[in-house]
Amino acid sequence: MSHTEWWASESFWRKTAIWVTAGSFVALIFLTFDTMSQITAGTKRVPAYSVINKRIDYVFDKQRNFQVPVIGVEEPLFGKRLTEEEAEALVSKGKLTTQAKNCMNCHTLLGNGAYYAPDLTKSWLDPMWGSPSVREQLMVEFLMNPQDKLHNITGRRMPNLGITEEEARATVAFLKWMSSIDTNGFPNNFKPIKQEN
Amino acid sequence: MAILGKLDSANLNGGQKLAVKYFTVALVLFGAQILFGLLAGIQYLKPDFLFGILDFSVNRMVHINALVVWLLFGFIGSVYWMLEDESGIPVVGLGLGNLIFWIFTLAVAVVVVVYLLIQVGSGEHSTIWLINEGREYIEAPRWADIGIVVCVLAFFYNVAATFAKGRYTGVGGVLVLDLIALFGLYLAGMFYTPNVSVDQYWWWWVIHLWVEATWEVLVGCLMAYGLMLTLGVRRKIVETWLYIEVALMFGSGILGLGHHYFWIGTPEYWFTIGGFFSALEPIPLVAMVVHSVFDAGAHKMKNTNHPALAWIIAHAFGNFFGAGVWGFMHTLPQINLYTHGTQWTASHGHLAFFGAYATLVIAFFYIALQKWRGNVWMSGGIAGAWRWKWAMILLNLGMVGMVMAMLISGYEQSQIERAIEGSTWMGYFTAQAHPWFVQGMWWRQVFGWMFAAGFVLLAWDLLTIGGREKRPALQHAELAAA
Repeated sequence: MSHTEWWASESFWRKTAIWVTAGSFVALIFLTFDTMSQITAGTKRVPAYSVINKRIDYVFDKQRNFQVPVIGVEEPLFGKRLTEEEAEALVSKGKLTTQAKNCMNCHTLLGNGAYYAPDLTKSWLDPMWGSPSVREQLMVEFLMNPQDKLHNITGRRMPNLGITEEEARATVAFLKWMSSIDTNGFPNNFKPIKQEN
Repeated sequence: MAILGKLDSANLNGGQKLAVKYFTVALVLFGAQILFGLLAGIQYLKPDFLFGILDFSVNRMVHINALVVWLLFGFIGSVYWMLEDESGIPVVGLGLGNLIFWIFTLAVAVVVVVYLLIQVGSGEHSTIWLINEGREYIEAPRWADIGIVVCVLAFFYNVAATFAKGRYTGVGGVLVLDLIALFGLYLAGMFYTPNVSVDQYWWWWVIHLWVEATWEVLVGCLMAYGLMLTLGVRRKIVETWLYIEVALMFGSGILGLGHHYFWIGTPEYWFTIGGFFSALEPIPLVAMVVHSVFDAGAHKMKNTNHPALAWIIAHAFGNFFGAGVWGFMHTLPQINLYTHGTQWTASHGHLAFFGAYATLVIAFFYIALQKWRGNVWMSGGIAGAWRWKWAMILLNLGMVGMVMAMLISGYEQSQIERAIEGSTWMGYFTAQAHPWFVQGMWWRQVFGWMFAAGFVLLAWDLLTIGGREKRPALQHAELAAA
C-alpha cells in the first residue's frame, strides 16, 4: 500500500476535478451567450410580443421533420392592433398573472410544471376551443369563472382564482405569444384548431 | 462523564448543538411534505376533495417546497455536524449561526402560512414579492429569496471561516467551493422577465445545477464523512474517491443541463449536448455505489452505527437508481419528446430526491442521535432495533411502490396522450381518465400511506433509539481489530 500509481493518486484526481469543472463551466457560459442571443424576444425562435397581432399556426416542416409555428396574416387579438410596446406590456401582465395565480403547480408551460392539468404551450391552438372566432372570448370567460364550467371526464376542475377581466385578457395574450415559440416540435403530432387560410 | 443512553446536549460540540436544531425542523418539514403529498394524491382520485379550500396547486406547492427546505435544513445541519470534527476547532461565529437558524426557521414558517392562507394574489409585481413567485420549486416570494441569501451567507461564513482558521481537509475544500457554487446559483432565479423561454433557461440553472450537480457533490462530502465515521475508512481513500466523483459529477452534470433545453425555445444543438452529457450522468452514481459498497465489504460490514450505514447504502443505491437509471430512461430527446411533462417525470423526481438526498439526511439523523445520547452503542443488536428496520423497510417499499405506480401511469400517458392522441387537451384528458392511468394513481396513494407509516415509525425511532442502551459505541480501533 506504500506506493500509489499516479492514476490512483489523490493529487491527480484533485487536479482533474478542478480542470473538468472549470472547462465544463466555461463551455456552459459560451453556450449561454449564444442561446440568449437566439431566445431573446424578437428573434426567429422566440418572436416579438407583437406577434399577437398575427395568426399563429403549428405546421409540419418537412426539412426539420417536426411541426413548427407559422406566423400568418393579420389577426389582432381582441380585434385591436397593438404596438410593440403595448404588446409587450400586455404579454408581461399575462405572464405575471400566470405566476401570481400559481398556474405552474397544476399545469405545465413548455412542458415544465405540474401534471394535474393540461400543458399550456399550445393552448391557444387547442381544438377544444371549437372555432377561432369565439376562442378569445371563451378563454377570457373560462379564466374568470372556471369553477362551474363543463371541464372534462376526469372530474377535475379549475378553481376560481379571482382573475379579473384585465388579467384574463392579458393571460390570453401571453398564451397566444407562447404558442409562437419554436419548441423544436414539442408537443409532437399536435392537431391544432382549424384556422381558415 | 456522559450517561449512556441519556439525551444530553453536553455530549455535543457547538456546531452539533446547532445541527440538531436544524435536524429537528428538517424532520417536521419532512412530515409536512408527506402530509401535503397525500392530500394532493387524494385529489387525483377525488377531485372535489378540498376543492376551493386547499386546491391541488397549493398542496403540491407546499409538498415540493417542504421537500426543498427540509433537505436544505438537513444539509446545513449535517455540515454543522461535521464542521468541528473536520476542521479540528470550534465553529467560528457560532452565535451568528444560531441567530440565523431562528430567523431562517421563522421565515419558512411565515412563507408556509402565506401559501396556505393567502395562496394567490393579483397579477402584480407585489404578488411575487410578497406572496408567491409562481415558479415551480422556487415559489418563495422575493422577500424570502433575499432572506435565504442572507441566511446562507452567514452559514457560508461559519463554514469557510472555520476551515480557514482550523484544518483545511480535502472534504472541507470541496465543501467550501461547492457551497459557493450552490448559493451563487440561487441568484440566477431571482428576477422577473415576460419571456418564458429566458425565464425557464435561468430557472433550470437553479434547479438542475442544484440537484444534478452541487447537491450531489455536497452529499458526496457528507458521504465521505459518514463512511469515515461509521466504517473507519481511511481519509486518503475517501478523499481520492471524492475527487473522482467531483470530476465525474461536474463533468457530466454541468453540460447535462442541456437535457432541460430541448423544448423551451432553445436551439437544436442542445439535443446533442444535453443527450450526450446527461447520458454520462449515471457514471459518478455508479462510482458512489462501488465506493460505499466496497468500503462496507472491505470492513466486513463491521461498523459503529448500523442504521446510519444502512441509510448510507440506501443512499448509494437510491441515488444510482433514482437519479441515474430513472433519469437516463427518459433523458434522450428521442424519448423525452413523449415523456416530458408526464408522470414519468414525477416517478423520476420521487425516486431521485428520496434516493439521493432524503436517505443521506436520515443517515445523519442517526449519526447525530448516537452522539447526542453519549456515543451509545448502535451496532448489531440495538435494543428495539425492529423500529429502525421497519421504518426503513416501509419508507423504501412505499417509495418504490409509488415510483412504479407513477411510471405505469407515465407509460400510459406518453402512449395515449402523446403518441396516439397528439398531445391535445382532449388527448390529455382521455389519457388521464384511462383505467391504466387511474390504477397507477390509486396504487401511488396506497404506497403513499405506507410511506407515511414508515415516517411515523422513523420519527418514533428517532425519539427513542439508544435510550435503553447501556453499552458504549464500538470504537474504530475495535473495528479494525474485528
